[in-house]
Amino acid sequence: MTAGRSKSARSRCTRACERTRTVIPRPDAAPEDPDRSERAARDAHRAIEAIWRIESARLIAGLARLVGDIGTAEELAQDALVAALEQWPTAGVPEKPGPWLMATARHRATDLIRRRRTLERKYEELGRDVARDQDGAASEPSTEDDFGDDILGLMFMACHPVLSKDARVALTLRVLGGLTTDEIARAFLVPVSTIAQRIVRAKRTLAETHVRFEVPSGPGRAARLASVLEVIYLIFNEGYSATEGEDWVRPALCEDAIRLGRILAELTPDESEVHALVALMELHASRLRARVGPSGEPILLLDQDRATWDRLLIGRGLAALERAERLGGAMGPYALQAAIAACHARATTAAETDWPRISALYDALAQLVPSPVVELNRAVAVGMAFGPQAGLDVVDALVSEPSLKAYHLLPAVRADLLRKLGRLDEARAEFERAALLTENTRERELLRRRAAECAAERMSG
Amino acid sequence: MRVLILAKESKQSEAGTPPTAEAMAEYQKFNGELVKAGVVVASGRLSPSSQGKRVQFDGKKRTVIDGPFAESKELVAGYWLWEVRSLAEALEWLKRAPYDGGTFEVREVAMHEGV
Repeated sequence: MTAGRSKSARSRCTRACERTRTVIPRPDAAPEDPDRSERAARDAHRAIEAIWRIESARLIAGLARLVGDIGTAEELAQDALVAALEQWPTAGVPEKPGPWLMATARHRATDLIRRRRTLERKYEELGRDVARDQDGAASEPSTEDDFGDDILGLMFMACHPVLSKDARVALTLRVLGGLTTDEIARAFLVPVSTIAQRIVRAKRTLAETHVRFEVPSGPGRAARLASVLEVIYLIFNEGYSATEGEDWVRPALCEDAIRLGRILAELTPDESEVHALVALMELHASRLRARVGPSGEPILLLDQDRATWDRLLIGRGLAALERAERLGGAMGPYALQAAIAACHARATTAAETDWPRISALYDALAQLVPSPVVELNRAVAVGMAFGPQAGLDVVDALVSEPSLKAYHLLPAVRADLLRKLGRLDEARAEFERAALLTENTRERELLRRRAAECAAERMSG
Repeated sequence: MRVLILAKESKQSEAGTPPTAEAMAEYQKFNGELVKAGVVVASGRLSPSSQGKRVQFDGKKRTVIDGPFAESKELVAGYWLWEVRSLAEALEWLKRAPYDGGTFEVREVAMHEGV
C-alpha cells in the first residue's frame, strides 16, 4: 500500500467514525414535535450501531476476501456504514440490513478494484485474483458457510504472527469484535491515538508483508491457530486481571474474548485446543462476580463465596473441556489449564479442592510449556498439596529468575508460604515488596493488608 | 451483558402442540446463527402451564397452585439467555427471529453485571 493510499484510508475512516458519533440524523418529522423526531433519530442511530456490531465482522471479512487486505476492507465497510447513516434514518432500516451493507460495500469495492487495475500496475497480480473472485462473488451473495470461512480468514489475518501482540489484539478487537478505537483505548487504558496508530501500522505491516487472506492448512496451521488463541486469551486476561489501573477486573473485555472464542469454536469444531480455551475462559469467568468485593477490592480464589460462582458458565466450561478431551486434546496447554480451573469449579468448598491433582496437572503443564510463571503456579499447588515447605522449595528455585524480577506474584506467593510456615517477619517483607511491584491499585491495597496482618500476627503470637 | 428473552404465550404452545417441521427448521436456522455469533448461552421451550405449578408466599404460609394458569393474560412459553454487548444488539437480533406472532420480552440480567 502506498503512503498516499493509506492516508486516504485513514481520513475516510476518521470521517466515518465521526459521523457515527456526532451526526444525529433528522427524519422528516412534523416541526411541532421536535422531541419525537429527535427520539426517532436517536432510536435509528442506536439500531444502526447495534447492526454494525452484528454485521461488521462478516462485512469486513467478506470484503477482505474480495480485495485482499484488511485496511481497504474496513474502509469499504465504513463507507457502507456512512451510507446507512445517511439513508436509514429517513428511508427506514432495510428488512435485511446485513445484505444491504454488503451490497453497498461490494458495489464500491468493484469500483475500487477497477480503478486500481487501470491505475496501478503493481496491483496487476492482485487485480487478476480479485477479478476472478469478483466474477463469482459479486453476482451471487455468499452462503452461510462462506461467511464462516471469511470470518476465519479474517481471524487468521488479524492475528498473523508477523504483527506484535499489541497490534494483533487491537486489530482483532477492531475488525472482529466490532469495537471502536475509542472503546479499545478505554479498555486498555491507553490514549486513543496509541490504539489508532497501532491499528494503522498493523494494517500497513500486513499489506507490506503480503499476508494473504486465507484459512491456513497443512503444517503451518497449528502455529497460526496458536497465534489466534493467544490473542483471544490475552484479551480475556486483560479483562480478568487488569494489569494496570483502578479496576481489578473489566468484565466487558472478558465477554468480548469469550465471544470470539465461541465464534472460533463454531468455525473449527474439530480443534481441541479451541474448545479448551473456551472452557478455560468460561471456567475463569464463572468466578468474575466472586473475585471482587463490595468496594471493588480483589477477593482471591480460596476466599471467594462459591455460591456466587456462575453455575451456567461452569456447566458450559466443563462441557467444552469434555469436548476438547474427547477430541484427544486432554494434554494440550489450554486443556491442562482448563482442567486445573475445572478442579476448582468442581470443589464445593475451598477445603475440598483436589490439590494433588492440580499439582500433577501443573507438572504436566510445566513440562509442556516450561515457564517461570507456570512454575510459580505449580509452587502454589505443591504448597497446598504437600505442605508450605514443599511449595517454598519450588518458589526459592525461582528467586534468581531474571524474568520474574519485577513480577509481583513471586514475592506474593513466597510471602504466603512463609506466613504459613510461621516466618512472619519474612512474610511481611515479601508482601510489602509485592505491593511495591504491582501496578494495580486494588491489588496493592490487598497486599498491604496482608503485610499488616503478618505484623499483627507477630504481635499477638 | 446477559439478557433474558421471554417468549410470551401463544395458544399453540399452551395447547402443547409441537411446532410444525417448517417452523422448527426456521427456528433452528436462526438459533444456529445466534450460536455461531457466540450469543446464546442457554435456551429452552416450556411445557404448557397445565403441567406447571405456582407457589404463593404469604408471610410464613406457602400455597401450591396447580396449572393451567388460565387467568393470566400472558404466559412464558420459552426463554433464551443471550450474552450481547448492548440491549440494542439484543433487539436487533430478536427482530430477525422467524416469528409471525407473539410478544417477546427482553430483560437485562442485573445480577450478572454486579462485577
